[in-house]
Amino acid sequence: MMTFAVRDSATMLRRNLRHLQRYPSLALFPILMPVVFLLLFVYVFGGTLGNGLAGGGGRHAYANFITPGVLIFTVAGAVQITAISVAKDMTEGIIARFKTMRIWRPSVLAGHVLGSLILVFVSLLVVSGLALLIGFRSPASPLQWLAATGLLALLALALIWLAVAFGLVAKSVETASNLPIFLILLPFLGSGFVPVDSMPAGLRWFASHQPFTPVTDTLRRLLQDQPTGTAAPTAIAWCLAITGLAYLWARHLYNRQPKH
Amino acid sequence: MNLRDDGPAITVTGLRKSFGEHAVLDGITFAVEPGTVFALLGPNGSGKTTTVSILSTLLAPDAGDVLIAGRDVVREPDAIRATIGLTGQFSAVDDLLTGRENLALMADLQHLPRGGARRRVDELLERFELSDAAARTAATYSGGMRRRLDLAMTLVGTPTVLFLDEPTTGLDPRSRRTMWDSITALVAKGVTVLLTTQNLEEADRLADQVAILDAGRLVAQGTPEELKRRVPGGHIDLEFADAAAHAAAASVLHVSARQDDTLALQVPTDAHAATLRRVLSELDDAHIDVANLSLHTPDLDDVFLALTGQPATNEAAMARERTS
Repeated sequence: MMTFAVRDSATMLRRNLRHLQRYPSLALFPILMPVVFLLLFVYVFGGTLGNGLAGGGGRHAYANFITPGVLIFTVAGAVQITAISVAKDMTEGIIARFKTMRIWRPSVLAGHVLGSLILVFVSLLVVSGLALLIGFRSPASPLQWLAATGLLALLALALIWLAVAFGLVAKSVETASNLPIFLILLPFLGSGFVPVDSMPAGLRWFASHQPFTPVTDTLRRLLQDQPTGTAAPTAIAWCLAITGLAYLWARHLYNRQPKH
Repeated sequence: MNLRDDGPAITVTGLRKSFGEHAVLDGITFAVEPGTVFALLGPNGSGKTTTVSILSTLLAPDAGDVLIAGRDVVREPDAIRATIGLTGQFSAVDDLLTGRENLALMADLQHLPRGGARRRVDELLERFELSDAAARTAATYSGGMRRRLDLAMTLVGTPTVLFLDEPTTGLDPRSRRTMWDSITALVAKGVTVLLTTQNLEEADRLADQVAILDAGRLVAQGTPEELKRRVPGGHIDLEFADAAAHAAAASVLHVSARQDDTLALQVPTDAHAATLRRVLSELDDAHIDVANLSLHTPDLDDVFLALTGQPATNEAAMARERTS
């Protein structure tokens, strides 16, 4: 069956891309939300928040500070679409059809993962473009940009597999769309939008230890041409661990027998 | 394709499946000859869909053997999947894709070569009268069109064994007839069909063999004719205007039942026109007027009622579900 792995996954990817094309509002949502947040935070809060950063610097400094946070937020928002698409597939009869065909079984999920990766990177491109337009500047070398892209891809894979599992475990599309909401909140409860040391003690502890903070810190330091320190290995470890566990969970859910 | 020359297309032996404490299939056994239609008849909750799910490799059996074209569903699911096609009870079309794209998706997943895939898709669109709607998304299709697309998608891979789970439930009479014609045409080409239905007319019309499933057990199996022979035969109901005519007719005819209070008689019949003509001419010769006449022939409904003690209606089945 492995001989069909690439071919069937490509077929399923085409199917998912066609879905996005037919239902463009679904593809627009993950782009629109970070765009609004970027504009809101830079132009409305940016002047004040920027002055509160170590070294001050106002709106311009804040644009540089928040852009990595918004990129991470973009990834977290986009995977909501993954959960919805997977759940929608599972509630429909077509999944039984796929399971009775001689295809590479995981191709259904592979199609969702690949489709979501494309959606995430299109969203990231749009958001980065806007960030550059409104004053984000990076002294990073091409190698550092490459590392930043790789890190975002790792994070995307982790969150996409988590969202696939959410989509599989949800009994309905509505539940599936609610489950990943905490993923959108987590970048706020970390170093995404303000420095962690500005938070009250309890929250600061949580913010310093949750997975989004090392990922955000690593991305920010890469883009600002600073040494990444211990944040980088911590970030990579978190991403790989979440990917592995979410993948196993999703596989288990996908292969379980229907209950009736 | 992979059909072995000898032996049945489907062999099911002692099949059991439970969900928790509830035994959905309690040891069922049957065989389906190649190129025939086998109908599983039963109310909701009798185990029809579970049987189809196991036969189509969606569900693993607890016990028993299932062979399709001589291969075991548990040990060789991929070989089975290359042979079978399933059109389930719930629509298995992709709403966001057009009719053509749905069929092309199946062609890709069946790993057909590109040129062959196009021809196959065009041919199926035409055969199922979907050519005009080919560029519209399936979401815009009527119930009958969705079923046709659903079946067409199942046929892209030219399966030799076809499972149809309640293929006409919810269809209007015209769409139902179209579906029946499609099934008949497939069987004429040598496809083996196992269908489930609650519709007795459907089983009577299409099936070579019928098995009646009740609460996870097969309570009867045979041709529709054989099953109908197992219940009291057909008869003519006669009613008369007055007691004199009633009494006179009773003395002339070979009567199987007589009701004096309603002035009614029952005459057994084999539903041939000649029998009816003979009865009428006997009455005519004796100058007896008939006030009312009706013909009753046994159908699978009678068989079902006689064997399961309940009518094959949804309501009855639902009432039973609630108590079980």
